[in-house]
Amino acid sequence: MKTDSTQSAGGNAFSVRRMASRLWENSGMIVVYIALFILLSLFVPYFFTWRNMIALALSISMLGMVACTMLFCLASGHFDLSVSSIVALSGVVAGVVINGTGSVALGISAGIIAGGIFGILNGVIIAKAHINALITTLAMMHIARGFAYIVSGGQAMSIGNTGFFGLGNGIFLGVPNPIWITIVCFAVFAVLINNTTYGKNTLAIGGNIEAARLAGINVDKIKIIIFTMQGLMAGFAGVILASRMTSGQPMAAQGFELNVISSCVLGGVSLTGGIAPIQGAIVGVLIMGTVQDAMSLLNIPTFYQYVVRGLILLIAVMIDQIKQQRMSKAV
Amino acid sequence: MAGFLRFENISKHFPGVKALDGVSFDVREGSVHGLVGENGAGKSTLLKILSGAHPPSGGSVLLGGKEVQFAWPKDAFDAGIAVIYQELNLVPDMSVADNLLLGHVPNLRGFVQKEKLLEIANGMLDYLMEPIDPNRKIKRLPIAQRQMIEIGKALLHNAKVIAFDEPTSSLSEKETQQLFKIIAGLKEKGCAIIYVSHILNEIFEVCDALTVFRDGRLIETFDDLEGVTRDDVVSRMVGRSIEDIYGYRSREIGEVVLDVRELTGPGIPEPVSFSVRKGEIVGFFGLVGAGRSELMRILYGVEKMYSGTVILNGTQVSIDSPERALNAGIVLCPEDRKLEGIIPVRDVKENINISVRKQFVKVGFFINKARERANARDFIEKLQIKTPSMEQLAGNLSGGNQQKVILARNLSIETELFILDEPTRGIDVGTKSEIYRLIYSLAEMGKAVVVVSSELPEVIGISDRIIVMRLGKIVTEVYRDRATEEIILHHALVAQDRAQKTSLTTGDSK
Repeated sequence: MKTDSTQSAGGNAFSVRRMASRLWENSGMIVVYIALFILLSLFVPYFFTWRNMIALALSISMLGMVACTMLFCLASGHFDLSVSSIVALSGVVAGVVINGTGSVALGISAGIIAGGIFGILNGVIIAKAHINALITTLAMMHIARGFAYIVSGGQAMSIGNTGFFGLGNGIFLGVPNPIWITIVCFAVFAVLINNTTYGKNTLAIGGNIEAARLAGINVDKIKIIIFTMQGLMAGFAGVILASRMTSGQPMAAQGFELNVISSCVLGGVSLTGGIAPIQGAIVGVLIMGTVQDAMSLLNIPTFYQYVVRGLILLIAVMIDQIKQQRMSKAV
Repeated sequence: MAGFLRFENISKHFPGVKALDGVSFDVREGSVHGLVGENGAGKSTLLKILSGAHPPSGGSVLLGGKEVQFAWPKDAFDAGIAVIYQELNLVPDMSVADNLLLGHVPNLRGFVQKEKLLEIANGMLDYLMEPIDPNRKIKRLPIAQRQMIEIGKALLHNAKVIAFDEPTSSLSEKETQQLFKIIAGLKEKGCAIIYVSHILNEIFEVCDALTVFRDGRLIETFDDLEGVTRDDVVSRMVGRSIEDIYGYRSREIGEVVLDVRELTGPGIPEPVSFSVRKGEIVGFFGLVGAGRSELMRILYGVEKMYSGTVILNGTQVSIDSPERALNAGIVLCPEDRKLEGIIPVRDVKENINISVRKQFVKVGFFINKARERANARDFIEKLQIKTPSMEQLAGNLSGGNQQKVILARNLSIETELFILDEPTRGIDVGTKSEIYRLIYSLAEMGKAVVVVSSELPEVIGISDRIIVMRLGKIVTEVYRDRATEEIILHHALVAQDRAQKTSLTTGDSK
C-alpha cells in the first residue's frame, strides 16, 4: 500500500481508483460476502438473529476446521479427497474405543490418531512413491470408508458415555464448543501459513516444486507433514461430529471433501498451488454456509440447493479467472 | 522507404511504467533487423505487441502498408507473424511431427492422416538440416533441437515475419551457425526477420539493420551496419561506454576447497576428478550435452552419484539432496531459471529469502519478517534489482531481474562453494557486467566459484582456470594465461560428430 501512495503521482482520482482495484484484487470475495450478508439480513426473515447466526456458524464448523489443513494441501499444489471418509472412520473409531474402554480421552485420541495414520500414509505414498495425490487420496477415500463400515459393522454406533457429548454440544460463553474450536483453528493456521517457514515453504512447493527443491527445501518432508496434519484434522473433526451426533456413523460426511475444496477455491485459493490466502478459505467457507443457511430459511427445496451451490462455485471461479487475467495483463 | 513491417509511434504503458515510448521503425522484406538494449529496455514488450500478446497503448503496427490489430496471439500467427521466444511453446509429451503441425494436423474428416503428417514433418526437418526422428518425443530432444522445431512450426505456417527472441541462448556454437544458415534461407525467401539478442557478435554476423533501445525509447536505428562498430552500439545501449565487460580482477588463490575424485553418476559415465581452490573462479566449458550441468547437479545433490568421493574443506561429505548440499556449504544457481529457479506466483521478497529463511526464525519456526524484509531490501539495492516493490510477484520481473533474484537467494546463504550454471544466459551486457563483478567479489571474499557457461568469451573473460568437458568427461584444464578461444574450442569440439550424435541419442537429461 505504501508503494501506491509514492508511485501515483498522477493525481488523486488515479490513486483512489488504484486503491479500489487493489482492494478488489486482494479481497474481492470479502467484499462480495459482506454485500451478500447485508442483503440477506435485510431481505430474509430470521436470517440476522443470534439464533440463526449460531446455527450458521455451527453448520460450517467442521467445514472450517478441515478447510484449514486443506488450504495447505492446495497451497502445495495437491488435493486430498480422503478427508470425508477419515471423518466417518474417526467418529466410528472413537465410538468403538469409548464403548469398549469407557474412557473418553482414549476414544478422542484414538479417533484423531486413526485420522493421522491415514494422513501419514497419504503423505508417504505421495512424497516417496511419487503417486499422484488425486489417485492416492481417492484410493484412501475408499479404504477409509471401507474401514469405517468394517469397524462399525455397517451400523451407526451409538455412544453410551455422556461425558463425550460435551465436546460437540457444550457451550462456552454462549457459543457452542465446535465454533470456538473452528475459530482457534483458523487463528493457528493463519499464523502457520503467514508466519512460519512451514507455511512459506509449502507455498514455494506449490509455486514451483523444482525451484523449491533446489533452494534446499526438504520437499518430501513437508508433503508428509501437510497430509499428516490433514489426516489429524479430519480425525478431530470426525470425533467432534460423532460427539454432536452422539454416535459414530460410517456413512457420515459423504461428499464433504468436495465441499471443503470448493470453499477454498471460492475464496481464491489457487488449484495449481502457490496462492493460498487464509482469509480466502475463511470467506469461502462463510459463503458456502451462508448461502446454504439462507436457502433453508427460504424453504428452497434441497434439489435446487445443489444447483445453486454449483452455480455459485462456477461463478466465483470465473470471476477469479478474469481477475487473474487482468493481473497478468497489467504487468 | 517504408518497410514491409512498420512500427509507428508505438507506446505501451503499464501501471507506473512506460515500457515503450513512441517507437517507430521499419523492417524490410528479406532482411534481418536486430533489436538490442539492456533488460527492461522494451524489446520484449515490442515483441509481445507484435505477437498480439499485449495491445499497444498507442500507435500502430503496419503489415504490408496496412494497419493490423491483434486481439490474440492466434490472430498475429494467422496474419503470418511468428515470434519464437526463449521459452519454447512445445508440448513435451508429443512427438516432433505432432508439435510441428500442432493445431493443423492433416486430417480426413477428423481422422489423422499419419503418412501425410510424417511426410510434411520429414520435409521440414530436412529443410532445417535436423536429422531427427519425427516420432521422437519433444522432451527427449536437447533444447537446441527443440528450438529448431519451433522454427519449423513457424515456417510451416508460412510466416512472413519471424521474430527471434534470444534464439542462441541455449545453442552451442555449431547449432548457432546452423541457425544462421536457416535465417539466411529465410531472408532469401523474402521474410522480414527480427532478431533480438544480447550477443553483439551475433548481431553483427547476422543482421542487416539494427535498432537500439534504452529505457523504453528508441535511441537509434542503423539501416546499414557498414562502418558501425561494437562500441557504437554498446555506448548507445548503456548510455555510457563499457571499456571491458569482463573487467577481470586477479586475486590470491588459496587452499583446495572442493576436491572431487573419481565421480560418476547420471550423465557422467566415466570417473571425473577436479578441484577448486579458495578464491578461485573455475569455468566449465563444453557443448550442450557435454555433461557440465549434469556434473553440477550431482555435486548439489539433485541427482545421486554412482561412485566417487567429494571432499569439502578436507572432510568427505555425502550429499544426496540440495538441502544437505546447502548445509555442507555448496550452493547452486540453476541453469533454467524459469523451471528450476523462480517461483512466479510468490513475491520477490519470498523468492529471495526461501533458502536462508531457516536462519531467520524466532522461537523455532516463526519467521522474522523484519529480517526478511531487511535482507530483501539489502539485495534489491546491492544487485540493483528493478522491481516496483519487494511485494511484486517474481513472475512479473524481466529475465535479468529474475536471475538477480535467484542470485540474491543464493548469496543470502553462508557457503564455501558457489556453482553458477549459465548465470548470464539471456541477460544484457550491463547486467552481465554487474554479475561478473559480483562473481569477482565472491572470489575475493575467499569463496570457491564454479561458473558453467556456453559463451566462450565469457568463460575466458572471467575464469582463472577453465575445465573443458566433452561427452560427460573432463577433456582438459587450461589456465587463464594460456586460454584462447582456439585451444578451448579445439578440445570441446574434437570428435564433434561423435558428440553431436551422442547428444541426439541420449538427449538432455531433462
